Amino acid sequence: MEGLERIVLEHPFFAGLGPGFGAAISGCARNLRFASDQYLFREDEPANEFYLVRHGTVALELHSPGQPVIVIATLREGDILDSAWLVPPYRWSFDARAAELVRVLGVNARCLRDKCEADHDLGYELMKRFVGAMGERLRATRLQVLDVYGTRRR
Amino acid sequence: MTVVPVGWSVPQPLRVARVRRESADVATLDLAPASPFVFAAGQFNMLYVFGLGEVAISISGDPATADRIVHTVRAVGAVSGALTRLQRDAVVGMRGPYGSCWPVAEAEGSDVVIIAGGLGLAPLRPAVYRVLARRRHYGRVVLLYGVRGPADILYRSELEAWRRRLDVDIEVTCDHAGADWRGNVGVVPALIPRIPLDPQHAVAFVCGPEIMMRFTVAALRDRGLSADRICLSMERNMKCAVGLCGRCQFGPAFVCRDGPVFRLDRIAPLLAIREI
Repeated sequence: MEGLERIVLEHPFFAGLGPGFGAAISGCARNLRFASDQYLFREDEPANEFYLVRHGTVALELHSPGQPVIVIATLREGDILDSAWLVPPYRWSFDARAAELVRVLGVNARCLRDKCEADHDLGYELMKRFVGAMGERLRATRLQVLDVYGTRRR
Repeated sequence: MTVVPVGWSVPQPLRVARVRRESADVATLDLAPASPFVFAAGQFNMLYVFGLGEVAISISGDPATADRIVHTVRAVGAVSGALTRLQRDAVVGMRGPYGSCWPVAEAEGSDVVIIAGGLGLAPLRPAVYRVLARRRHYGRVVLLYGVRGPADILYRSELEAWRRRLDVDIEVTCDHAGADWRGNVGVVPALIPRIPLDPQHAVAFVCGPEIMMRFTVAALRDRGLSADRICLSMERNMKCAVGLCGRCQFGPAFVCRDGPVFRLDRIAPLLAIREI
């Protein structure tokens, strides 16, 4: 098995994925490395790639004029980054900064979208996984915005 | 698990021996008892501010230290606010200890997962002390701690010391943080899929805001932990602390007398009832 395909299939997000799908995804993938404090992407940039975090911590940040940067989440080994590549307008809605040395697998979005259009089994398999991941993030975000530690006090 | 002293209804005056400011609205008070004070991890005392009133506050110190009674208090109302403003040598009234405790002795032989949210670390800290004091009698020990932001982290130096140990897995996560925070940002339940957990040989102690505990319990159940292996510390307004007034009624139980620590299998149906 080729190196990139093995990396794809070993990533927790793609656990249990069939080898044919692994080859299709890895055909669009490349290894990338980001130094500490280097940005993977910035808000409103085109989401031309999505990333499978293999090592390190990525901080998702929001900027507001005149305010300090707010880190809204951190992603680590085994996480994905993110779903903006999947649906129009294909633009990032936050910044992603390497909080330390980060290694990711970058998957070309156009390449994979085309493969999903050509093979709906692949598209459905990917959609199920991304919807699950987005659902988890949504639940976590709901809990975050409740500000439970600020309102329920012991 | 239930330890309910009876007849302890008169507050005894105790001197504040030490005050530590944990954050902007949280302080830890060390009270000096006249005689050795014995309590079990998870229990609480009623603290009385003369002229203002009384509140239930979890004991957050080491059960092995009988000459200091430690409480960590957040300024929420008039009484708790006054407690956080006390200075050394002030005098407060105290009665207790009351309520049930974390089953730390019963957990020997198991992995222990301790999950705290916000000020929920205070009632769990005595359990951490107990487990670490007899560390070799437990399997893997994991502490997950969620806070609003880095400035709200309680017992920071102790957390750092525990993290330096090679036999405890500690994760601290903030709901929000600035770019200078190098730790995790996210909610506590999101950490649970990542921890090493053998559901057949692990117990979980959970304390925090009730909604955080609900999400945490769901994540623990997803990992296969059965309800009889999960304990929660519940919070309700307590008044008498001895199961008489009914102020803290929680279905058929009183939190002050039957809790605050409950096994999940005994209260799970109640957690879903909004009126309770």
